Amino acid sequence: MPHDHHDHDHDHLSPSGHPFRADNDTALTYWQRMEIAVRELLVEKGILTPGEIAAQIDAMDARSPADGAAVVARAWVDPAFKARLLADASEASREMGFDIGALRLIAVENTSEVHNLIVCTLCSCYPRNLLGLPPDWYKTRAYRSRAVIEPRAVLREFGVTLPDSVTVRVHDSTADMRYIVLPARPEGTEGMSEAELAALVTRDSMIGTGLPRLP
Amino acid sequence: MAERVRVRSMAPPGHVRAPFYLRGKEGEIERALGEFGNPEELAYHHDASRKPLYRVRFTMRELWGEAAERPEDTLDAEIYGHWLERL
Repeated sequence: MPHDHHDHDHDHLSPSGHPFRADNDTALTYWQRMEIAVRELLVEKGILTPGEIAAQIDAMDARSPADGAAVVARAWVDPAFKARLLADASEASREMGFDIGALRLIAVENTSEVHNLIVCTLCSCYPRNLLGLPPDWYKTRAYRSRAVIEPRAVLREFGVTLPDSVTVRVHDSTADMRYIVLPARPEGTEGMSEAELAALVTRDSMIGTGLPRLP
Repeated sequence: MAERVRVRSMAPPGHVRAPFYLRGKEGEIERALGEFGNPEELAYHHDASRKPLYRVRFTMRELWGEAAERPEDTLDAEIYGHWLERL
């Protein structure tokens, strides 16, 4: 019985060959206690129901880079929409029917001369209301510090090698705006439908650490 | 001509959103974003005053000197007006 050898569990692998994961039965942190206390008070006072809180978590989890990809594809096929997107990306996203709440979004355009890269050096600001939750690496100190000091080295590690003729513009989301990169439409995509184009748009291509897929 | 500004070299206590690596650095206003509640007050649940917010563009040369990967590359950041002095 594995449970008879409790002290040694960490040395052994599970039947599936993976290390046992430690139970999360350590003491709660200050902020975990605060979150539970506030949440329970909101429920107790009748301001929110547990169902409403779960539904809000569901709504955030349902947002995905596919929403942003649809916006990018529309901008590739519709020059008037692209102009509206670059003027006010929040309004343009709402126009497509996305419920982005209070998100203040700026779209920055990649061209043959300019490549844009998004970072939040202070924390983890990200256009969650359009793209969903950020990737874990986006929140690491390594990415946050290196993206502003050596963006080209970071891009190379992501597989994006830019010639010296291209200017890199890094955008540090330090305050109230959030950013999405409008990647350049890949060559050889003439005649593709908007839905087919959207499938080429990756999450990383909207952060600037990647390029769209090729058809 | 874009307006030239310098980020103030202040180090007030508390929550601020002007990164250390930009303090004292010179750049130009990329665009004005309008007025927003001052995060230095919002962070402490005070009634926040409205402060103008700007996107400021810096060259990598200005930030990192000749050690920059490519000095002509740029960095844009959002900086509140009370952190900027006009040049």
